[in-house]
Amino acid sequence: MAFWDYANPTRFLRLVQVLLPWLIGLCLLFFAVGLYMSLFIAPEDYQQGATVRIMYLHVPAAWLCMMCYSVMTLSSIGTLVWKHPLADVSAKSAAPIGAAFTFMALVTGSLWGKPMWGTYWVWDARLTSVLVLLIMYLGLMTLWRTMEDQIKAGKAAAVLTLVGALNLPIIKFSVDWWNTLHQPASVIRMDGPTIHPDLLWPLVIMAIAFTLFFFVIHLMAMRNEILRRRVRNLRMRAAAASHPGTAAATAQPAE
Amino acid sequence: MTGWAMALFQRDLRLSIRVGGSALVGVLFFLAVVTVIPFGVGPDLNLLSRIGPAILWIGALLATLLGLDRLFQADRDDGTLDLMLMAGRPLELVVLIKCLAHWAATGLPLVVAAPLLSIFLNVDLVAMGAVTLTLLVGTPALTLIGAIGASLTVALRRGGLLLAVLVVPLAIPVLIFGVSAADAAIHDPVPFMTPFLILCALSLIAAVIGPVASAAALRFSAE
Repeated sequence: MAFWDYANPTRFLRLVQVLLPWLIGLCLLFFAVGLYMSLFIAPEDYQQGATVRIMYLHVPAAWLCMMCYSVMTLSSIGTLVWKHPLADVSAKSAAPIGAAFTFMALVTGSLWGKPMWGTYWVWDARLTSVLVLLIMYLGLMTLWRTMEDQIKAGKAAAVLTLVGALNLPIIKFSVDWWNTLHQPASVIRMDGPTIHPDLLWPLVIMAIAFTLFFFVIHLMAMRNEILRRRVRNLRMRAAAASHPGTAAATAQPAE
Repeated sequence: MTGWAMALFQRDLRLSIRVGGSALVGVLFFLAVVTVIPFGVGPDLNLLSRIGPAILWIGALLATLLGLDRLFQADRDDGTLDLMLMAGRPLELVVLIKCLAHWAATGLPLVVAAPLLSIFLNVDLVAMGAVTLTLLVGTPALTLIGAIGASLTVALRRGGLLLAVLVVPLAIPVLIFGVSAADAAIHDPVPFMTPFLILCALSLIAAVIGPVASAAALRFSAE
């Protein structure tokens, strides 16, 4: 099964080597088309004017910050259930990317909110739950950084990620109960999207571009993490070789 | 089965009440938080009575967060935790019992102190009862959710600050429904029972997720 074949980091790195140029090319293509469509072709909104174009960055970023957490959740299941050696590498390198997308969604959202709602920030349900998501990403990143042992850090972060995944719907629900001003979901609905197709198509293409961008960055970050662990291990080995007799056998993280 | 559970509960309770356990410091901290608030927002009694339930809830949340690092830290330092891991008892139950004992020593005093402190905040009698009731139902959830953070950071030196950062997002739903149930009792058109029952549900969910996740984290950190 391919899933297991790529448990070997060297094989995985070779796959990344092959995949990455294609992904980067596709990503650039989609971004070129998407940006052109959203900046020049898409009509201005009759109420919002040109500020509606912020949507083409804001909405994909907001989708991506959810997707990134889903990727981390799947990786955490991989760490805890199958002990897949690359799962914790995947989870660790996804967290900063997710935090960046969340931050981007918040910043573009508040820049959009200023002309539309008249304020940069309101304690509205969606804004608040995205802010909570950002705090969770940052907490997870801190947990990774504070633990010396990568395997233990991976397992601890996986437990927290899964608890967070159980809690996010509860947080979402409770914050909705608390306060709501943001418009409800208008693209993915049972009775079809309520947004005009001229505005929708650039959005779809931008969303695909963002998703490809995520995978490009994620694969690069995973590669860097694997290489970083190799460097660290080589250093440890060099240090152990210069002080013989102190080396101890411990479990090694994937490299 | 009940024998060892009872013994563990009594041991934890005794340890946290006696010298060095400092369970009651939480109540003092609660008092300090409530005292500081009027300096921040001004001594307007109408305002204080309006935001009183929220202040009490935030004070209880902060006091709980501060006490959480004691849940496993001392047991880990003297090796008791390793013995518990090797004892062959279900670790989830051990964690649940430890949480109950911790709550009885730190959470319950907060609930008892709440009516007294609500007098300082000019909270009227109905709201006082409502806040106390919601705290009684909600603070166990805070302790149980906090146990996850406590077990994740138990291996770290000075993990207290990180613990608070990890636990606060997870505790937001409890805070929301606790405060809105207390508010509903005073003026909102929403009936009191709806948020209150959701708060009860959250506590029950926490009683499942908390011990399971925290036991998993403890096992991994001891490997």
